[in-house]
Amino acid sequence: MSIKLKYKIKRPDFSLDIDITIPSQGITGIFGHSGCGKTTLLRAIAGLEAEKTGTIKIADMLWQDDNFFLEPHKRPIGYVFQEPSLFAHLNIQKNIEYGLKRISTDETKISLDEAIELLGIQHLLKRQPHQLSGGEQQRVAIARALASSPKLLLMDEPLSALDIKRKQEIMPYLESLHDELKIPIIYVSHSPGEIARLADHLLIMEEGKITAAGNVTDLFSRLDLPIAHSDKASAIIEAIVTEHDLEFNLTYLDFPGGRFTVSHKALEINHSVRLRVIARDVSITLEHQTHTSILNIFPAIIEEIIPENESQFMIRLSLSGTPLLCRLTKKSASLLQLSVGKAVFAQVKSVALLS
Amino acid sequence: MLSETDLSALIITLKLASVTTILLILVGTPIAWWLARTQWRFKFILEALVALPLILPPTVLGFYLLVALGPNGPIGGIMQSLGGQSLAFTFSGLVIGSMIYSMPFVIQPLQTAFSNIGQRPFEVAATLRASPIDRFFSIAVPLARPGFLTAIVLGFAHTVGEFGVVLMIGGNIPGETQVLSIAIYDHVEVLEYSQAHWLSGGLLLVSFILLIGVYAYNRRFSLYKNS
Repeated sequence: MSIKLKYKIKRPDFSLDIDITIPSQGITGIFGHSGCGKTTLLRAIAGLEAEKTGTIKIADMLWQDDNFFLEPHKRPIGYVFQEPSLFAHLNIQKNIEYGLKRISTDETKISLDEAIELLGIQHLLKRQPHQLSGGEQQRVAIARALASSPKLLLMDEPLSALDIKRKQEIMPYLESLHDELKIPIIYVSHSPGEIARLADHLLIMEEGKITAAGNVTDLFSRLDLPIAHSDKASAIIEAIVTEHDLEFNLTYLDFPGGRFTVSHKALEINHSVRLRVIARDVSITLEHQTHTSILNIFPAIIEEIIPENESQFMIRLSLSGTPLLCRLTKKSASLLQLSVGKAVFAQVKSVALLS
Repeated sequence: MLSETDLSALIITLKLASVTTILLILVGTPIAWWLARTQWRFKFILEALVALPLILPPTVLGFYLLVALGPNGPIGGIMQSLGGQSLAFTFSGLVIGSMIYSMPFVIQPLQTAFSNIGQRPFEVAATLRASPIDRFFSIAVPLARPGFLTAIVLGFAHTVGEFGVVLMIGGNIPGETQVLSIAIYDHVEVLEYSQAHWLSGGLLLVSFILLIGVYAYNRRFSLYKNS
C-alpha cells in the first residue's frame, strides 16, 4: 500500500517536478516555504490543476496518467483548504452533509455523528457559517471533508489563516484524526512546529522539487536541510512514559539515549510521546556537571558541526543513536575544542511535549 | 378609469414581460454561466454583442428585426416556407424583439453574480463528490440568488418599459400587439391626459416598488454574506 506521485508542470514562472512514493498510512507532512509548489502538488493529487498528466496512483486506484484522468469529483479524497471555504448558503449541518449525501451508503466509513463528534462541533450545527469564528469554521471544514469518507485526506495549511490561540484550539483535533482514523493524511505546512507535532513521514520541497524524504525524526536533525536552520530548529525525540515521581511532581520519559525528567503529565505508563528539543536550549559541557539545576543531561557524541552564521555553529549530537541539535557560538566551540567524534555531555534546558 | 383597450394593453404588456423574462432566464443563464467561467480569449466579442442593445437606439434594433422577421427576411421567410406566418406584427415577434432588447439586463447581472462566487466553492464541491452539473445547481444557482432576482426584475421592468422596438415590429394593433407604453403615447397624442396619468402613474409606482424590493433584498443578502 503506497501512494505514487509522478507529476511535472512547466509554466513560465513556475515549475514542478515530482516523482515519489509515499506510505499510505499515518500523516505525511510536506514542508517547504511558500511558492515551493507544495500546494500545487496537493491540488494535482485532487485533480484540481489544469495539467492532467503524470501518474497519480493511490494503492491500486489509478487517478491519472498520461492517457487517463479521473475527474476530481470521482476521487475519494477529502480536501481541507487554507481558508475554511464553507458554503455561505448552507448552515453548518448542511455543509457537513454536502459530501456525505453524494456517496453511496456502502462507501460510508465515517458517519455524520462521528465526524461531528471528532471535531467537537455538536453545538454549532444549526448556525450559519458567518456566525462562527475562524477556528470553528475550519473545524467544520475538516468534519465536512471527513464525512465524505475519503480514502485520502489532503490538508493545505489548515491552520495558517488562524491566530495562535485558534491554532492551539484545533491542534488536539488534528492529533485525534491521526490516532483514531485509519485514513492516510497528506499535510502541507510551512510551520516546523505543526510538522513536528503531527507528521510521521516528511517530504521537504524546494523550488518545485522534493529535496528530502524520510521520517520526521531523521529529517529534522539533518544539517544539510533548511528545516535544521530555522529559528526554532529542533530535534524530535520519541520517548515512553516510564514513571511518575509523586514527591516532586515529575514524570520520567525514557528514550534510547537516556531519561528525560519533565514536570508531571497526566499520562499512562508506557504511553509513547513525542518530544521537541529546540537547538538553542541545548548546551554542551565536557564533563558531567553535578552542581547545576539542569536535570536533563545526557552523554553524547558529536556527529557533525557546520557553521550557522558568522558567530554560531549548528552541531548534531548522537545520544546513543538519537539525534539532538545544539546551536552554540563559535567561541564556545573553540574554548571547548569541539570536533567531530568527541564525547561530550548535552545539557537540555527545556523540552516540549508535543502529544 | 381603464378602457377596454387599455386593459388589454395592460394584459399584453404583463404577458409579454413575463414570457420574455422566463425565456431570457432560461436562455441567458447558460450564456452568463459560460461567460463567467470561460478562459476563451475572444469572449469580449460575445460580451460586446450582449451589451449592444444597451446603446443601440431601439428603433434601429426594431428596424433590423422587422426586416429579418418580415415575409422577405431570412427568419420570416423560413417561417413562411415552413407553412407558418411571418413573425412581423405578431406577439411571437414581440417576444423575440423584447428578448434581444432586454438581454443585457438579464445576462449582465447573472454573469456578475456567477463571477463573484469565485473558483473556490466549486473546487470544494468537486472534492466533496459533486459533478459539474450538480455544482451548478447546488452551489452556483443558490449563491447567485441576488443576481437572479436582479435579472428577473430588470428584465421584466425593462420589457414593460420598451417602446421603440415594439412599435417597429409589433405595429400597434390593439388587443394583439399594443402594449402599455404605446397606449400611453396614443392617449397623449389625442390629449386624453387623465387616461395617460392613470397608466403612467401606475407604471411608475409598480416599477419603483419592484426596484425597492430588489435593492432591499440584495442589501440584506450582502450583509449576511459579509458579516
